[in-house]
Amino acid sequence: MTGNITLLAYGLAAIGPGIGVGLIFAAYINGVARQPESRSMLQTIAFTGFALTEFLALLGLVFAFVFNGLKP
Amino acid sequence: MSAVLASGALAADGGGFVTPGPVDFWQPLIGNGDYALTRPAIVLVLSVGVLAWFFVSVGRRLSLVPGKSQFVAEGVYGLVRNSLARDIIGSKDFLKFVPMLLTMFLMILLNNLAGVIPFVQFPSFSRIGFPIALTLVVYVVYQTVAFRRKGFLGYMKSLVPPGVPGWLRPLMFLLEFITYFISRPVSLALRLFGNMFAGHLLLLIFTVGGEYLLLHGAPAIKVSGVISFAFAIVMSFFEVLVEFLQAYIFTLLAALYIAGAVADEH
Repeated sequence: MTGNITLLAYGLAAIGPGIGVGLIFAAYINGVARQPESRSMLQTIAFTGFALTEFLALLGLVFAFVFNGLKP
Repeated sequence: MSAVLASGALAADGGGFVTPGPVDFWQPLIGNGDYALTRPAIVLVLSVGVLAWFFVSVGRRLSLVPGKSQFVAEGVYGLVRNSLARDIIGSKDFLKFVPMLLTMFLMILLNNLAGVIPFVQFPSFSRIGFPIALTLVVYVVYQTVAFRRKGFLGYMKSLVPPGVPGWLRPLMFLLEFITYFISRPVSLALRLFGNMFAGHLLLLIFTVGGEYLLLHGAPAIKVSGVISFAFAIVMSFFEVLVEFLQAYIFTLLAALYIAGAVADEH
């Protein structure tokens, strides 16, 4: 079996951000359901948090390609 | 089209399956090497042309009762002006940043959507140089505004949040300094690049893989090729969502950084 271990590592690295993004939007939906008029305020906060969390997954993606090029 | 190009190269090889990778994003049209006219550059110029043409033609014949194109233009302008600029930067000095944010939002949106528009099909922000240039604009703007508003010492002082105990201040200053000057621009550029790159690579893998399974696979495997193509179509719609979201998020974060720069001292 051949392949690159970085892909496997990226799959593992994406678990954390995946859970994080899920938590953020769960909280956002909860907040809007309880107080629909707070939607515009929560939207900004939710998307900022989403952007910050998602960045971790993207770092993993970039590093997967970076370390792909490094031959031992 | 890039998928077609890649699969064309694959068919010409006649060999095994070549996994699409970062190499497929380097597509020089004229010349090669350091000075080449590449496909994303053409897409960018095209998008700027379309944008300029649209707004000039709408602006020429403004009417009290908006037509179809004026309605679209006003809708986009209203979105960026009200829900991005005014709500985040604050009603005092948001107005002078609206042109930049609107241009940025529409340029990113159009360039991202180029990833799924037939025959264009290349999100130009999947080349790292383009998001870096765009981020540089945001970076220079929010740092300049901050330095002008607060002065050098005031800006440095405002980095440390109020109410931090004295012994923690140097550490907090260092962390906040790194956040403001290094990790913010880096994350802004990498986020846009990463999303566009990963999304387009995903489509590429589904289409190229589907084509390979369909043409070179055994009869039973051909079915999975069809499924792969179906998935490519589904993922294209998902990509449209992501493209909208990334344009929105980039503008949102740019507005947030500017808001931090114009905010009064604590």
